[in-house]
Amino acid sequence: MAQTLSRGPVTGTAVKAPGKKKPFVLDLYGTAVGKKYVMAITGLVGLGFVITHMIGNLKVFLGPINEDGQRVYDIDIYGEFLRDLAVPLLPRTYVLWGLRFVLIGAVLLHIHAAYGLTQINRKARSVKYQSARDYQIANFASRSMRYTGVIVLLFIIWHIADLTWGSTGADWSRGDVYFNIDQSLSRIPVALLYIVANIALGIHLFHGVWSLFQSLGWNNPRFNAWRRNAAIGAAALIVVGNVSIPVATLAGIIEFDDTVVSVHDLHGSGEEEGADE
Amino acid sequence: MSHTLTNISLKIWRQDGPDGQGRFETHQIPEISDEASFLEMLDILNERLIEENKEAIVFDHDCREGICGTCSLMIDGQAHGPQKGTATCQLHMRTFSSGDEIVIEPWRATAFPIIKDLMVDRSPFDRIVEAGGFITAPTGGAPDANLIPIPKPVSDSAMDNAACIGCGACVAACPNGAASLFTSAKLTHLNVLPQGQSERFKRAESMVETMEEYFGSCTNHGECSSACPKEISIDAIAVMNTDYRKSKLKNRKSLSRK
Repeated sequence: MAQTLSRGPVTGTAVKAPGKKKPFVLDLYGTAVGKKYVMAITGLVGLGFVITHMIGNLKVFLGPINEDGQRVYDIDIYGEFLRDLAVPLLPRTYVLWGLRFVLIGAVLLHIHAAYGLTQINRKARSVKYQSARDYQIANFASRSMRYTGVIVLLFIIWHIADLTWGSTGADWSRGDVYFNIDQSLSRIPVALLYIVANIALGIHLFHGVWSLFQSLGWNNPRFNAWRRNAAIGAAALIVVGNVSIPVATLAGIIEFDDTVVSVHDLHGSGEEEGADE
Repeated sequence: MSHTLTNISLKIWRQDGPDGQGRFETHQIPEISDEASFLEMLDILNERLIEENKEAIVFDHDCREGICGTCSLMIDGQAHGPQKGTATCQLHMRTFSSGDEIVIEPWRATAFPIIKDLMVDRSPFDRIVEAGGFITAPTGGAPDANLIPIPKPVSDSAMDNAACIGCGACVAACPNGAASLFTSAKLTHLNVLPQGQSERFKRAESMVETMEEYFGSCTNHGECSSACPKEISIDAIAVMNTDYRKSKLKNRKSLSRK
């Protein structure tokens, strides 16, 4: 009798048995590669926000400008502009809230994917190396993404409490952006907190921006050399731009001038009473 | 001109079996020629241990010329030791100096359980290759090499990725225990060639999903490429990510036409 070997099912082709498939996005999100796509895309959303936010913030350096013959802080007008986005088409603050929901969603997904990936990676090496590792390429930024990420998250919560809700103890008035920045950042510990958090953000971006090219599969010999430069550029831009504001406040360059008209009074003077909000 | 290194001490991981506790054991090498390879140094130590009626240290090795991918070893915290672009078997004692303490550990990953001492089971790599690291073609006489024209840069890229010897240094070096470099090299060397196109996206989906059953995820540290004895670039990982995303769409399309 011929002997037969017991063996598993023949896997002679590269076809995976077609199971019941979830919708494309959920199917992809269920995999580690898919979670990296989500990390990269939500990271890009965050990067877009952070750059726009910085450009907006830098208007603080433009100081007061003339509006209808009155001196009003440029950044206060910019704040009103954000609330008035697409106003004749949609009610006031609708677009702003839409953008906020996109950002909140991106942050939540970014955290959820990061958590899932961390769990996968912990499981992938259940017994750690018992001797010291000697890393060659991995840098401080790439090794500390989890920690810089948590620092940035905690800072975002503080930052919203500080300048959006005005609940961190400094004198605060809704819509008077310049005044609020000056009041909050004149406190030295707060200014230091902003500086430290923005450096953490810069470190996070230094690895994140480079990393997203790989995660999204954006790899081309023509621009590969520029991916690292883009990461350095983005990180440096954000750190320099954002840190300049607490530094300028401490240095007295940003100093609220109470002869400048509040943006609310400006609206009130030109329009009928009660027309605003 | 050969020199003799003296007083080398080795801190070597010993483990009786897959479920053993494991511990570091220190051995002294009073003198060794700098022309000895790292594995020859271990051979000499093993001969001595056998003469002393002690158990020899178990480690993986085969061709000893850097092409089979059998040798492993985490040497002083680096996969395949401090020399770039070589496997442990190509590492020589001249890289070290007299009086050095050298720490030797096995690869560590959940998917690579320790069999004994420094030897690990790398069979999950076989599972990944079985999932699609081949082309389905009729066997028979070898076709003419110039039957299918392939642009030189494409064949170069395929060759660079095909250089992977499957040693597992990428997994060992990766802080996340990911096998992205191995899988992407095995996938890319076929996916860039004309012969690999018909199964390209099936291959991508199948290999990546098999990989994810065992290994961690890529966080783009780049440690894998630096440890790779064949210096395979992490560009391959980007190709894998692209092909996997496309496979998710394309396979669905082809399935829905059924």
